[in-house]
Amino acid sequence: MSRPSQTLFSAALVGPALVGAVRKLDPRLMVRNPVMFVVEVVALLTTILFVRDAATGAADLAFSGQIILWLWFTVLFANFAEAVAEGRGKAQAESLRRTRTETLAKRLTGRGDAYETVPGNGLKVGDVVLVEAGDIIPSDGEVILGIASVNEAAITGESAPVIRESGGDRSAVTGGTQVLSDAIRVRITAAAGSTFVDRMIALVEGASRQKTPNEIALNILLAGLTLIFVFAVASIPSFASYAGGAIPLIVLVALFVTLIPTTIGALLSAIGIAGMDRLVRFNVLAMSGRAVEAAGDVDTLLLDKTGTITLGNRQATAFRPVRGVTEQELADAAQLASLADETPEGRSIVVLAKEGYGIGARDMGHLDATFVPFTAQTRMSGVDLAGAQIRKGAVEAIVAAAGGGPVATRGSSAALAYARTASTEGVEEVRAIADEVARAGGTPLAVSRDGRLLGVVTLKDIVKGGIRERFAELRRMGIRTVMITGDNPVTAAAIAAEAGVDDFLAQATPEDKLALIRKEQAEGKLVAMCGDGTNDAPALAQADVGVAMNTGTVAAREAGNMVDLDSDPTKLIEIVGIGKQLLMTRGALTTFSIANDVAKYFAIIPAMFLGLYPQLQALNVMGLASPQSAILSAIIFNALIIVALIPLALRGVAYRAVGAGALLRQNLLIYGLGGILVPFAGIKAIDLAVTALHLA
Amino acid sequence: MTVNGWIQIALFCAVVLALVRPLGGYMARVFSGERTLLSPVLEPVERGLYRLAGIDRTHEQHWLAYATAMLVFHAAGFVLLYALLRLQAVLPLNPDGQGAVAPDLAFNTAASFITNTNWQSYGGETTLSYLSQMLGLTHQNFLSAATGIALAVALVRGFSRASVRTVGSFWVDLTRGTLYLLLPLCVVFTLFLVWQGIPQTLGGAVATTTLEGASQTIAVGPVASQVAIKMLGTNGGGFFNANAAHPLENPTALSNFAQMVSIFAIGAALTNLFGRSVGRERQGWAILAAMAVLFLAGIAITYGAESAGSPVLNALGLPGGNMEGKEVRFGIVASALFAVVTTAASCGAVNAMHDSFTALGGMIPLINMELGEIVVGGVGAGLYGMLVFVIVTIFVAGLMVGRTPEYLGKKIEAREVKMAMLAILCLPLMLLGGTALATVVAAGLAGPANAGPHGFSEILYAFTSAAANNGSAFGGLAANTTFYNTTLAAGMLVGRFFVIVPALAIAGALAAKKTVPASSGTFPTDGGLFVGLLVGVILIVGGLTFFPALALGPIVEHLAGGLGQTFAAGG
Repeated sequence: MSRPSQTLFSAALVGPALVGAVRKLDPRLMVRNPVMFVVEVVALLTTILFVRDAATGAADLAFSGQIILWLWFTVLFANFAEAVAEGRGKAQAESLRRTRTETLAKRLTGRGDAYETVPGNGLKVGDVVLVEAGDIIPSDGEVILGIASVNEAAITGESAPVIRESGGDRSAVTGGTQVLSDAIRVRITAAAGSTFVDRMIALVEGASRQKTPNEIALNILLAGLTLIFVFAVASIPSFASYAGGAIPLIVLVALFVTLIPTTIGALLSAIGIAGMDRLVRFNVLAMSGRAVEAAGDVDTLLLDKTGTITLGNRQATAFRPVRGVTEQELADAAQLASLADETPEGRSIVVLAKEGYGIGARDMGHLDATFVPFTAQTRMSGVDLAGAQIRKGAVEAIVAAAGGGPVATRGSSAALAYARTASTEGVEEVRAIADEVARAGGTPLAVSRDGRLLGVVTLKDIVKGGIRERFAELRRMGIRTVMITGDNPVTAAAIAAEAGVDDFLAQATPEDKLALIRKEQAEGKLVAMCGDGTNDAPALAQADVGVAMNTGTVAAREAGNMVDLDSDPTKLIEIVGIGKQLLMTRGALTTFSIANDVAKYFAIIPAMFLGLYPQLQALNVMGLASPQSAILSAIIFNALIIVALIPLALRGVAYRAVGAGALLRQNLLIYGLGGILVPFAGIKAIDLAVTALHLA
Repeated sequence: MTVNGWIQIALFCAVVLALVRPLGGYMARVFSGERTLLSPVLEPVERGLYRLAGIDRTHEQHWLAYATAMLVFHAAGFVLLYALLRLQAVLPLNPDGQGAVAPDLAFNTAASFITNTNWQSYGGETTLSYLSQMLGLTHQNFLSAATGIALAVALVRGFSRASVRTVGSFWVDLTRGTLYLLLPLCVVFTLFLVWQGIPQTLGGAVATTTLEGASQTIAVGPVASQVAIKMLGTNGGGFFNANAAHPLENPTALSNFAQMVSIFAIGAALTNLFGRSVGRERQGWAILAAMAVLFLAGIAITYGAESAGSPVLNALGLPGGNMEGKEVRFGIVASALFAVVTTAASCGAVNAMHDSFTALGGMIPLINMELGEIVVGGVGAGLYGMLVFVIVTIFVAGLMVGRTPEYLGKKIEAREVKMAMLAILCLPLMLLGGTALATVVAAGLAGPANAGPHGFSEILYAFTSAAANNGSAFGGLAANTTFYNTTLAAGMLVGRFFVIVPALAIAGALAAKKTVPASSGTFPTDGGLFVGLLVGVILIVGGLTFFPALALGPIVEHLAGGLGQTFAAGG
């Protein structure tokens, strides 16, 4: 379940963001963003000069005053973008913070069940606490004794309680969640202030945000471009003096600020914060921005078969009778044998017989039947009716039982030779069908009635609907999918083919997984995987993007660099999409910002030099009204475009799963060509407005 | 413009294209240390040289060691050349008795030749002895060219290698580049030029009597050999002051054509070496295609502008193209093509006065240089300059496919971007900074011969030519002054070494990275889309910076000309 989505600019967001925009003018904060810092410095210097000019009564104060005003707006708009992005996170942090209300903990003293009540924030790592029904779990920890149902709605938004128990893969509990039934003993694993919820708050608020590697590189590029434009603009006064004139400082400043990449500079951090925010809305917590970026770069996805590619359990899909037996007969017998079988497989046989052959489920009591449960020794189960023994189970076990011979192990042909009572033909036929089923990725289950072999029930892993299309999508994105399964290679290959994954790892052990990740990484690929168990921890740590399930163990959660609160392994695919979207938004706005310069040059250069060479009027291709209105329009456009693009920065560029070539063509057309054309129209429109309002 | 003119241009392009694969393949073998056709003859020489210099040819260098070797080598070359010029009066092979070269001119000339610029503030035949020409200049013509190629090869290795610390050996690359590539090509080309009528002698100037009975001194010398390397190595320093416009330096239409082809030959073929080295020749063709787009646009504008001629003269009833400052032997198309080729390629040899071109016609050579001479470019320098732009392009637009940028399997990260920006920064710094200085100080303002925007263009051209290591002169600027000699020399040195060192740093960083295998999610870099994108980024990031300067120079001159206005002296 995802959190209720907010509108981009709700009143509750805009107010604090406006305040935040002003507060962020603090140079100590601004310096983190080199481009906007430069704009602020320039705005400050021109303001000081303006005050001096105003005191001495210089001419053209109205014009320079307006330019300076828009310089400040440029800085404020950038700060506003960041503040809005942070504000959206803060709203979520508030709801989280409410879960962190002061709790009292029952710390066990180590003597039996005796405990002392201490404040939750006084707990240390390693303390063991008792949490009983109705208590709030005081801090993150691991269940060391007991089983309980826990309401984790506070962090996941999911109201259905979940089970937490010691020992297994569901032993991690989160501070702030509530135990609904039973009692558990929890060993605390996080000190106050560094719990999961604390980290989550810090992440969504953007407080602990560090620049990601790609952001750092982009900042270098933007700083370099800024420096180039310093040279370009600083050399103009000399050129002008050669031509026998002078250019007012305020005009040079206007040219400089419009040329430097303010658009992307202003929106860069908002894009980053919004990317993290999108993940959070998706109920995934990334421990760092670096992980989100890496998600976009993933080359190989390791997906567990069970739960991700297939529905959790095998299901009956077909009845395959031997010659002389009808499907109806086989279905009837199989259903009878399964009536008391409460395993998912057993239930699926009852359902298949009912839905496929119209055999209604019968009541065991009425039939006077005795249920024969499955044991590891017999490897079969069934019912004893009045005068009939029906069995279903592993093929060799049923064959052996039918033949009265010893339970033969597979492939032991000497043992199989004993299977005589049943017609040899029937045995051969059942084996042939069973082999066929296995090759197709299914599990064969033989059925016999009174020692007579009836046929085989096909149990299959059911591949999730639509998953094949998802994998095709991933392939178009250039991502290879590898299915991880404990099945034997034959079964694994069949399911892999059905699901459409690119490769599979059969009979996989945790070591195999780790080795596979290392091998892929050695080839230069980035690998993503998800896992929940403690034995997944090394692989999660090794993977470039390791998504731990929230239901998983503490070890898994610590090893991964993302946590999925919904514990849905399929989400890995969406996480990759979000990572790509973040990178695309950054690239699109950078391209747009740089492409904008063409129009700005054509607006300002003729205006600037018109006094020196009237012939340059020919470069005024937009037909702007006057030099002053041209310069003012350019600087206004430069500021307003930031505001106009805030929604895009927060929402992200739409991502479609197509090849890189198509994606590039589409984005280049919109943000490259658009980036060249839009400002021509925009500056012209603003010029018309400026002229109509007699601003210049 | 005439059909004949375009046929000449098309023929030129066809011949250059035909040379790309064979020459590229040969160079790939040379620089990977494989045996070539010439190995039986040259290998003993090569081994002898290594033994003499104590070099282990199998020892490869880290990029820092490579850069240090290159810098030390150039520092030594600089000192040697400077000393030679200052002492030429007392050294042998000086039949015309040339005196010592002045300190500022010697400094400028030494800087000019070690940086492959070959800006000439002097007139060759009136200033330099044969020893200075042959030992000093020709020597540097070879080595600066070989250095450029070596550097490009080192950067290419950065892309083609994975997870290694070394980028090759500077000494081996320099030796093999000179021995296997430049020397054999020059021998063949020299013989061709001698056949075309270029002198090759160590005898002094020839005194002769003209048809009118006047006596004339005709300068000769070892011209053909120097012309061969000046073209093949994109040096451009002419034996004579008139450079390739001089009848003894460029006697026939065929020699003119062959000289233009030889300017582009190695630079264009290096893109093929690049493609081969990274395992896909298409990648090399894509780079060459981007160069071709810019080149064809440039030649179309210059040829068109020169054919249209001056609007001021046309209005006075003098129709036809602009022939001012052009050799009648070559005419408009061969002059326009030569001008675009020589500035695109960092050569700087000229067969016409660029100063006398129309405003737009002369602006294209300026723009070619301002883009960093990446349109084919100087031997080696063009390729590494272009690859720097590729890195910026990939970084800007690569994110748009939803992956952190990568080129040929190499992730482009902070370090590469930092170095690429450093390399790109130094051109506007030296070019605009130098021009800004010259347009305000008296020593600078004394230089230009013309007033108004054209005078501005003359100064701008000089600093552009120096910082971009081109060496061609617009003409009209009195550059042999202490001010221009020193400031231009500074421009040349910064423009060369502040690009080379970052480029090597990129090579080192890339070589150390893993190569990510390509998939359908990878940014495609061998198609038309990428070529267009690259051209766009070059024009916007590399070109727009100079828009204000161009507006005040050629653009305003062109617009004024269209209105029938001229700029009087002092106006």
